[in-house]
Parts: sequence; C-alpha cells; structure tokens
Amino acid sequence: MKQHLLSVRDLKVYFRGRDTVARAVDGVSFDIRKGETVCLVGESGCGKTVSALTILDLIPKPPGEVMAGRVLFKGTDLLGLTEPEMRKIRGKQIAMVFQEPLTSLNPVFTIGDQIREAILVHEPVSPDELNRRCIRLLRDVGIPSPEERLKDYPHQLSGGQRQRVMIAMALACGPDLVIADEPTTALDVTVQAQILNLMQSIQESSEMSVLYITHDLGVVANIADRVYVMYAGIIVEQGTTEEIFSSPGHPYTKGLLASLPSRSRRGEQLHSIPGTVPNPAYKPSGCPFHPRCPTAVDACKVRFPEMIDHGAGHLSRCPVVKQ
Amino acid sequence: MLSFIARSIIQKTITLFFVSVVSFLIIHLAPGEPSQVDPLNPKFTPEMLERFRQEFHLNEPLYAQYIHFYKDLFTGRIVSWKDNRSVLAKIWERFLNSLPLFVVGTLLTWTLSFPVGIRSAIYRGGLYDRSVTFLAYLLISIPGFFFAYILIILVVTTLHVPVIGMETFGLDTSSWGCMLMDRVWHLLIPSILGATGGIAVLSRYVRSQMLEVEGQDYVRTAKAKGLPPDVVHYKHALRNALLPFVTMFGLILPGLIGGSVIIESIFSWPGMGRMAYEAILARDYPIILTVNFISAVLVLAGTFVSDLLYLVVDPRIRL
Amino acid sequence: MRNTQYPITDTQQALEALSAPKKTRLHELWALFRENRLAVIGLVIFVLFLLTAVSGVILTSGQNPVFDPAMVRLQEKLLPPFTRPHLKALQPAQVPTLGIYLFGTDNLGRDVFSRMLQGAWVSLTVGFVAVGISVLVGVFMGGIAGYFGHESICLDHILAILVLSAGAIFLFMGWIGTGAACMAAGFIYTAVCLFARTRTGQAQRRGIFRMRAISVDTVIMRMVDIMLCFPSFFLILTVVALVPASMYNIMIVIGLTSWMGTARFVRAEFLSLREQDFVTAAKALGVGNFRIIFRHMMPNAVAPVLVSATIGIATAILTEAGLSFLGFGVPPPHATWGNILSDGKGFIFDAPWLTFIPGVAILIVVLCFNLFGEGLRDAMNPKLRERG
Repeated sequence: MKQHLLSVRDLKVYFRGRDTVARAVDGVSFDIRKGETVCLVGESGCGKTVSALTILDLIPKPPGEVMAGRVLFKGTDLLGLTEPEMRKIRGKQIAMVFQEPLTSLNPVFTIGDQIREAILVHEPVSPDELNRRCIRLLRDVGIPSPEERLKDYPHQLSGGQRQRVMIAMALACGPDLVIADEPTTALDVTVQAQILNLMQSIQESSEMSVLYITHDLGVVANIADRVYVMYAGIIVEQGTTEEIFSSPGHPYTKGLLASLPSRSRRGEQLHSIPGTVPNPAYKPSGCPFHPRCPTAVDACKVRFPEMIDHGAGHLSRCPVVKQ
Repeated sequence: MLSFIARSIIQKTITLFFVSVVSFLIIHLAPGEPSQVDPLNPKFTPEMLERFRQEFHLNEPLYAQYIHFYKDLFTGRIVSWKDNRSVLAKIWERFLNSLPLFVVGTLLTWTLSFPVGIRSAIYRGGLYDRSVTFLAYLLISIPGFFFAYILIILVVTTLHVPVIGMETFGLDTSSWGCMLMDRVWHLLIPSILGATGGIAVLSRYVRSQMLEVEGQDYVRTAKAKGLPPDVVHYKHALRNALLPFVTMFGLILPGLIGGSVIIESIFSWPGMGRMAYEAILARDYPIILTVNFISAVLVLAGTFVSDLLYLVVDPRIRL
Repeated sequence: MRNTQYPITDTQQALEALSAPKKTRLHELWALFRENRLAVIGLVIFVLFLLTAVSGVILTSGQNPVFDPAMVRLQEKLLPPFTRPHLKALQPAQVPTLGIYLFGTDNLGRDVFSRMLQGAWVSLTVGFVAVGISVLVGVFMGGIAGYFGHESICLDHILAILVLSAGAIFLFMGWIGTGAACMAAGFIYTAVCLFARTRTGQAQRRGIFRMRAISVDTVIMRMVDIMLCFPSFFLILTVVALVPASMYNIMIVIGLTSWMGTARFVRAEFLSLREQDFVTAAKALGVGNFRIIFRHMMPNAVAPVLVSATIGIATAILTEAGLSFLGFGVPPPHATWGNILSDGKGFIFDAPWLTFIPGVAILIVVLCFNLFGEGLRDAMNPKLRERG
C-alpha cells in the first residue's frame, strides 16, 4: 500500500451569514495516495469545491471559516501553516485547475506572462531557460505553435486551449498534487474528452496525484482510481471505481448511477432524483439524504448514519441498504 | 481603426452642431432683451441702442444671427458686448489664470484617491475602510462654499496667511521667496477645495472597482499560483480595476470650466469660471456662447480621447 | 437497477418544510438595509427633516405665522444663538415665539430659526420636484429608447413633425393665418399617413417618403449626448439667470438638466430585459406594449432608479444652495438655506452662526440622503445579498 500524499481528516468549513451558519463542509475525510487519481463526486452545492479550496486555504474569510479538522500533506498540517509558508505550497507542490478557463485567466496579461509568473514565484530561472520551459509546457499540453501562443491574450484562444493553458500553468512547477475543480464542465463534449485524455497521459508520465472534482459519473468511470461521493457536506460513500459502479452501497450513489443514460436501458424514461441538495444552512436532521431517499425508514429522520465497512476499502453511510 | 476614427469624428461634429443650435436657442429665446447690456447706464441712449443692435445684427432673423455668430467665432473676430474686446483673447487670458488651479487640483485628486480607494478595498470592513467611507460621504455632502469658508477661517486665523485672490496686492517690493510663498498659499487653498469633492467621489469609485475585481476568478488563480499578496492586489487586480479609469482620463478636460464657478468667485480668482459668471450677470452673450461651445468641444474631444485610450489598454477590444 | 418509484408528493412536502424560511422581498431588503448603521441613521434624519420641513411650511406661512421669518427688528441685529430678546426694545408683535433666539438673528434682526424652518421646505421641495422631473423624463426617454429603440423614424414622420412645428412657430410669432394653415396641413398629413399604414399594413414600404431615416434609439441617445455636452452647473446658472427668478423655474431647470443618467440607465436595463424570456412570453400571449412596459419591465428597473433618485435629491439640494449662494436662487424675502448662508458671509467673523447653522444643516441633510441612497444600493446589490 502506497504512502498517503494528502489526508483530509474530519474537515468542517462553515460560512457565517447574518443569522445563519451554512455548514458547507461538515466533517469530511479523504485520502489521496501518490500517483493516484481520486474523484470527488456530487451534485452542485454539496461542498466539493469548498473542500478543495480549503486545502489551499483559498476560501474567502470572512464569511468562510475552518471550524475543525486537519489537512495533512506529506505529514504536515496545512491548516497550521502561516500565509508565507502556505504560499510555498501553492503552485509549487499543490496546484489547481479551475472550472471556468475564461474567467480564471487574467484578461489583461498574455498567456506567456501568466505562465512565466507561475514559474518565477517558486524558482529563480534565467530568461532563456524560462522561455524554453514555457514553450515545453505548452507543447506538453498539446498547444500548436507554442512560441506564438505565448504572446496571445486569453480571449484569443478557444475554450479548450484556455483550459490547456490553465493545466500548463498548474504543471509549471511540477507539483505533487493537482486539484482539478470540474475542469471540463464549461467545455464542449469533444473538447472534454481531449482534456481528460491529456490529464491522464500527463499523470501517467509524471507520477503525479490528481484530486478530480466533478458531478459527471461518466468522467469518473474514465479516469478515477478511487471515488468519494459527497452529499450535503459529508462523504456518503467511498471505494474503488469498480466497487462503486458495480455495487453501490448508498441510495444517493444508486440514484446518481440510475440517472446516467445507458445503452442497456434504451427507450426507458431517464431516472432523476427528486428535489435538490438541501440549503447548507438548513440541513435535515438525521441522514441529510432522507427527504429524497426512496428507501428511508423512520430511523433515518433522527439518527445520523455511521460509515459501514463493506470490505476492500468500500464504505458507505447507509444502514438500510444491505449488500 | 481609421473607420472608427472617421465615424466618431463625423458623429461628434454633428453633435457639436446641435449643441451650438440648442445653446443659441436657449439664450435667444429666453425672455429678456439681449441688448439690455447695461440698462442703468445713462449713456445708453436709444440711438446708441439702435447702433448697438445694428452692429451685432440683432435686428436680423435668428438664423442669420446664428450664422453671423458662428462665422465670427470661427474667424476669431468675435467680440464681447461689454467691452468690445476679442472674446477669444479674453478667454485665453482667463484660461491661463485657471490653469494652475486646475492642474494642482487634478494632480491632488488623482494622486490621493487611488491609494486611499485601493487600501480601503483591500482592508474592506476594517476601521480604515469605515472611517474613509464616512469621510468620503462627508466631503461629497458638504456644500463647496460652506467648506470654503471653514477653510478660510481656519487658515486665516491659525496661519495668518492671506488666501483671497491670486496674489497679495503690493508685494512687488518684497523678496522673491516671499512672493513665491504668497502665490503658493493663494493657489493651495482653492485647489484643495476644488479637489476634495473629486477625491471623495473618485476614491469611492476606485474602491468599488477594486472590490469587484478582487472577487473575480483570475484573482483566485493568481493566489493559487502562490503569488504574494502584493502581486495579487497590485498587479493582477489593480491592472483590471484601472481599465474604466482610463475613460475618465479623457473627461478631466471639461472640468476646466464647469466646477470652478463657485470657488473662483469666493476666492476672487480671475479664472474661466468667474468670467463665465460675470458674463451671465452682464448678459454678455458672445462670451456665454463661446464658453459653452468650447466646453462642448472639450467634452467631445475628451470622450474621443477616452475611447481611443480604451482601445490601447484593453487587449480584448480590437477594431 | 430498475427504475424505482419515488413517493414524489411526500418528498416535495418534506423539502419545502426544510428550505429556508420564506421572506418577502421587501422584508429581506429591510433586513439587509438594517445591517448598515449609517444608512439607518440617514433614514432617521431624513424622516426628521421631512417632519421639520412640513411643520416649517405650516408654521411660517399665512398672514399671521407662528414663526415670522420676515420680521425685521433692526435693534436686535446679529445676536448670537440662545440670546434672550430685549423685551423693552420690542413691540409685543416682534417678540419671537419661543421667547429666545434659538439660532440667533441676522443683520436685519430676523430670527434665524424661523428662516431656517422656512428654508427647509424650499430645500425639500426643490430636491423632490427637481428629481421627480428628472426621473420622469429620464424613465420616459430611456424606456422608449430601450423598448422601441429598434423602430425607425421614417421620412414621412419627420416631414409631419417639421410641418407641425413650423405651424407652431408661425402661431407663436403671430402669423395666425399661415400658422393655422400649416398646423391643419400637418394634422391632415399625419392622419393620411396613419390611415394609409392601417390600410396597407406594415409590410409595404415604398416610395421615398417611407424610407427609414434613423432609429428612435439613435435620436434619443444623441439627445442625451447633446445634453451631456453642456457643463451642467454652468448651464443651470445661465438658464436660471435668463428666466424670471422663482422657485419653480429653478426646480424645472435642475430637473431638465439632470435626466440623462437615468435615461441611459433605464435604456440599458430595458434592452437587457427585452431579451428575457418572461417578456417574450408576455408578447407571445399578445400582451400590449404598454402593459408589458409597466407591468413586466418597469418593476425590474425601478429599484436602481430609486437609488439614483435618492442621491439625485442630495445633488439637487446642493445645486439649489449653490445657486442661492451666487444670488440666482429663490428670490428674497423668501428664506432658503443657501441665501441665509450667502447673506451671512459678510459677517463671517462677527456672526459665524449665520454661516455655520445653514451650512451644517445642508451638510446633514445632503449627507443623510447620500447615506440612505448608498445603503439602499448595497441592500439591493444581488452580489452582496448572496454573500450575506
């Protein structure tokens, strides 16, 4: 068994409102091993992005606040670091790719400026070397004629190319972990596939770990080694990709899987889970999923479910569903 | 690019034409005889009045008067009804007087409001931000003339320096340094007064622009790269927040005339604003119309310049 | 896995019970507004000012006012605030109502307190009426430009307008016969045009008279450009100096020279609202233009207009005070805060209260409008609401 690169333990991140507290992340634990791709899956609003931003200490404070938990990266707790120490981690050891490539790139600087800057903060490099590295990075992420693209502004590139630039920027200092927050959601389906292939090939060649955040189970099936399913700020199920897809242990996972279009169920009506993710300031009592759950019993409304071990690293938070 | 310039020049010329017509109509259709330059003057006999009307084409129909007026304006032959001096020469002389006031005021405004606004955006909600916000509202709300009197009382009673006028009368014999200080004092107080409102408004605007930009995704990206906060704020955020201010740069010019009327009349500063005020009092139509025309030209030139500047600084806009 | 049947009604009920407590929009707005302490203070002062102004106009007007702002007592001039009057030197009618000169007296021995009361009403009405005019004009122009902007004005419209206005000018200049003929021709021409249009329908546009000349939007926005070319305070000053001095003229002039911002804003808002689905849906249902504008679009644009109107009132009060200060304001003997200050400036070292009392009063009232307006803007800013 490989060493844990990152372990998040019992993380709680709350957002203070005027007279409410939104418990966006409410006790989340997960591990990422070296060279592994881990997916965090869930509907929008369930706390995936907040968990990811907390790792790099990027949530806006106030109103955000880390209430409890640890984020252990190579053995040190990132939450205990000072701001200058944290800056040495960001970009250098843990890098991030965001959802919207258009708004995530600064419109008034060239692509070259923005990549060069990402290298220069962490490593003093000579101008020639810097230029060579930028060009190599762009070539690695599959951008044609990188020498010229360096002088382009973000608006001159297509959506897929922008996301490639974001990935190049994330890879600039050879990080150990890349957090990708729905990097393909804003892109066309064909471009999505290209970006996914790119991420996979880069990962294979560089022994890098990836935390991939998505709501798209199709993507998960393609790239993930292990999966964590999040709902309303907690992990409801975790396990290897095969386990999760073949024998889901939580009704929420089942619902997600059932809502995937499938060739074997052609002609049937597509399934959907009724309702929406609860407002993080007004979560239901007991199991947070019980109002939407088809198998809920009375006990679900009062008792918060514990993780049940199904063996081989497959755990789920539902006492009702039996394997 | 060329077609953009050509199009906006044509458009602005048409606008200017309409402005000239509207201002001419406003002045000539308003009740009151333009020939009553000085009805109390006993030397103004009916014969003189008639000659006056003849000389300034006042007996002709409006459109002819309009043509006469703007022909004179463009050939530079236009004269004041009050003292028969060339209007353009008068305006130039007053413009040179107003210029130092305007330059110092503008410099103060632009150099002070940016640091203040940026700082209060970065530390928003803090003590600094809240006190600056309140101070800004106070300065926006205070009537300029009232503030002027407070400052005059303060300066005159505590520092014992004279501030009214452009210089103290009868100082010609004193030393060079003394005269310089005298000029500086006379210039400083009206400039500060002229700048306060601008500083308050502009710093609020800088603050809101900065806040807007700080919430953008690319600022988060910059942080995620591990950049130090100074680079995040002053390079990535500020550069974007500055874009709209480029357009305001072009709009400084018209301020030469508009805002200075009250301050120049309090401080007896013989500038453009005061001249315009005196012209209005005396119903000296050529001066009113010329000042109006020049300020319209300045506004249009200003918007043109700011459009061009925007093209230069924002890489997203290409023609 | 088979398609499980979910008990939808139960789920829906359970979810509704759980979602955030329902608040009306107004309620929510008030909750946000209350957060901003400065804005609440602004609102309180605004209400106090309103009461003062209304009671002021009641107490200082009429034949025998409770407080007489015009009562001259030359023997009692330039007394500082809180002075008791010399009862022996005064006739019974001249004794101030409160038995004390609360704010002192001016150079003619008039009670400054009464004059301030009278001036409060002037500031209030100038602010509200001027902004009322500017908002009406601005919303009208902006609304038309935003909603009907794509419609073009044809040559025949221009011709009709030309003939009609020529007729009006002839009438105005006294040539009644020619004027009446022109007007009549214009009306007949318009009627014929309208009739022809209803007969042939919109589709047919032929002949030089039916050529599209210019769009409504262009006309209105060029008007805005033209108005923006005038330096506003200078323009107001010029017009106020030319027309007979009266409070109403000042209000109208301030109103007519400050509508451009509102017009631009409403136009932009309407342009974006017009593209939205609920408007398309209303059109598809055959709802009339004016009903769409007033029932569906206006409510969406009204909040920001309100904010700019509040701040506009502050500006209008300042402008009026500036005009009064320069001697172009409301004519004497009517007191306004601006002309109290202007009259007092000659005695700035002997009687500073004549400068400071009206100055501070203007400052406080303008400040309260500004704070109130900004508080309202913050409360209505959707971004801030999300964050809260």
